[in-house]
Amino acid sequence: MLKAVLKKILNLIPTLLGVSLLAFLLIRLVPGDPVMLLLGERGADPQMYTEMKRNMGLDRPMYEQYFTFLGNIFQGDFGHSIVSKRAVLTEFFDRFPATLELGIMAMTFAITLGIPFGIIAAIKRNSFFDFTLMGAGLVGYSMPIFWWGLMLIIVFSVKLGWTPVSGRIDVLYEVDKVTGLLLIDSWWSEDGGFAAFKSALSHLILPALAMGTIPLAVVARMTRSSMLEVLGEDYIRTARAKGLPYARVVIVHALRNALVPIITILGLLFGSIITGAILTEMIFSWPGIGKWIVFSINARDYPVIQGGVMMIASLVILTNAIVDILYLWANPRMRH
Amino acid sequence: MELEQAKELTPQTPFQEFYQSFALNKGAVIGLAVLLFFIAVGISSPFLAPYDPTQLFDGAYRLPPFFSSGGNTKFLLGTDDVGRDILSRLIHGTALSLGVGIMIVVVSLVLGTIFGLLAGYFGKSVDRTVMRFTDIVMALPSTLLAIVVAAILGPGLVNAVWAVSIVAIPNYIRLVRALVMAEKKRAYVMAAQAYGAGHIRIMVSEILPNCTAPIIVQATLGLSEGILNAAALGFLGLGAQPPTPEWGTMLADARPFLENSPWMVTFPGLCILLVVLALNLVGDGLRDALDPRLKR
Repeated sequence: MLKAVLKKILNLIPTLLGVSLLAFLLIRLVPGDPVMLLLGERGADPQMYTEMKRNMGLDRPMYEQYFTFLGNIFQGDFGHSIVSKRAVLTEFFDRFPATLELGIMAMTFAITLGIPFGIIAAIKRNSFFDFTLMGAGLVGYSMPIFWWGLMLIIVFSVKLGWTPVSGRIDVLYEVDKVTGLLLIDSWWSEDGGFAAFKSALSHLILPALAMGTIPLAVVARMTRSSMLEVLGEDYIRTARAKGLPYARVVIVHALRNALVPIITILGLLFGSIITGAILTEMIFSWPGIGKWIVFSINARDYPVIQGGVMMIASLVILTNAIVDILYLWANPRMRH
Repeated sequence: MELEQAKELTPQTPFQEFYQSFALNKGAVIGLAVLLFFIAVGISSPFLAPYDPTQLFDGAYRLPPFFSSGGNTKFLLGTDDVGRDILSRLIHGTALSLGVGIMIVVVSLVLGTIFGLLAGYFGKSVDRTVMRFTDIVMALPSTLLAIVVAAILGPGLVNAVWAVSIVAIPNYIRLVRALVMAEKKRAYVMAAQAYGAGHIRIMVSEILPNCTAPIIVQATLGLSEGILNAAALGFLGLGAQPPTPEWGTMLADARPFLENSPWMVTFPGLCILLVVLALNLVGDGLRDALDPRLKR
C-alpha cells in the first residue's frame, strides 16, 4: 500500500512540471507584445519600454524566464495581477471560497438526489419510473448549462420572482469574512443573522441547481448501472433467501458494494466542477474562480491566467491523486 | 422448407447483426431521426430559411413567436433585438453548428488516432512521452483549456474549432492506444510481421481496421461534446462573432433581453440541447450495438 501510494505521489511530479511548462508556454504563445499591450496607446517611449520589459523579466532568455517562474512558485509566488497589482495567490484565495461553496452545494444536490434516484430506478428496472428517470438523466447529461442557467433565471427569478438573478448575497448585509463560505459566515453578521443566511441561500440555489444538473445525471446513471450489477450477485440472493427485509438488503448489502464505482466517478467529477463553475459563474455573476479567469482572459491579465491555470490544474491533479489513493485503500485488489 | 432452414443457419453478416441490435434500441432510433432532421435542415438551409439570417427588419424588433400574443406568422419564432428573423438564424446556425462539430471531430480524431497508434504500437519511450502529454492536457479542466487556447488564438469560429479539438485529442489518444495495445498481441499481427509487412502497414491496414467500432462510438460522443464546447465558447464571446448565426453566440447576444424577450434565449439553447441529446442517444445505441461485450 505504502509503495503504491509513494509511486502515485512520485508520478505527480513530472505531471505538475509539465503543467507548469504548459501554463508558461501558453501565455508566451499569445501573438503581440505584452509590454506594448500594457503600455497601451501612449507607450511609445523607448526608454520606458525597455525598463518595463526588464521589470517583467521579458528581456532574458526563455529558459531563464521559466526557471524563475518555477522558482517563484516554490516560494509561493505566482506572480502579480497587472490589473489589480495584487498577488495572484491572494486573488485566488479571495475567490476560491465562493467557488467552493457553489461546488459543495451543487455536489450535495447531485448526490442526495442522484443516489436515491439511481437506486429506485435499479430496483424498479424497466418500470415507467425507470424509463422516465433515465430519459431525464440523458437530457440532464446533454444539457448546455449556459442555457439551462438562463432558463432557470427566466422561470424562477423573472416569472416567479422566487430568487435573485445574480450575486452571492443582498447588498443590505455586510458579512465579515471568516471562512469565506457565506452560508456559515452570514450567521454571525451583525445586522443579518438568519435574514442574511436566507439571502445567501436564495442566491445560491439557482447556480447550484444549474451546476449540479450534469453531475446529478451522471451520479444517477452510474448508481443505477452499478446497483444493477450488484443486485444480480449471489450474496444478494442469499440475503433475500434468509428472509432479510428488502430495504435492508438493498441499502446494507447492495449499496455498500455499489458505492465503489460511484465514489470514483465523484472524484472524476471534480474536474468537471471547475468547468461547470466557469460557465455557471459567468451566468449568475458569481464572484468565484471561473469568473475571475474569464475576466482575466478578456483583460489579457497574463500573470493571472498563467498563475490561475497553474493553481486550478494543481488542484485538479491533487484531488485526482487523493481519489486514486482512496480507491486503492478501498480496493486492496487494485494495489498491484 | 429447406431454404428457410438454410436461412436460419447462415450466420448474419456483421452489418445485419449491428442493424438488428440498433433498430431494437428505441432511444437510438429516435435520436437518429432527430439527427437526420437537423442534417436535412442544415443542408437545405439556404432554401429553407424564409429570410437572410442577417437581414434587418425595420420596426420588427423583439417580436414574440407566432403562438404568443403580439407575434405574427411572418416571423414564426419571433425576431431579435435588431429585427432579424430568429427562425432563419436558427436554420442557418444548424449548418454552422453541425459543420463545426464535424470539423472538430475530424481534427481531433485524425491527430488522436495517429498519436494513439504510435503510442500503442511502439510502446516504451514513445508511449511514455505521448501519455505524459495526455496526462498534462487532461489535468486541465476542458473548458478552461479551451477558453485559454481560444483566447490565445483570438476569438473566431476557426480558432474555436482548433481550441475545442486540442482539448478533445487526449480522449482519442487514450482510446486508440488501449485498443492497439490489445490488438498487437493477436496472431494476425504476428502473421503480418512474419510475411514482412512494415510498421506503417501493420499499424494502418492491419490493426486500425480492427479498432474502428469503439472509435466510431467515441467520435459520435465527441461530436456532441464538440458542438457543446464550441457553443460554450460562442457564449463566452470567444467563438463565432456576431452577426454569425451560431447558436452559442445567439445566446450571448440574447442574454441582455432575458427578462422581456425570453424566446430569444429559449430557441437557440433548445436547438443545442436537441442536437446534443440526439447524438448522445445515437452514441449510446452505437455502443450497445457495436460492443460485443454488451451484446445480449
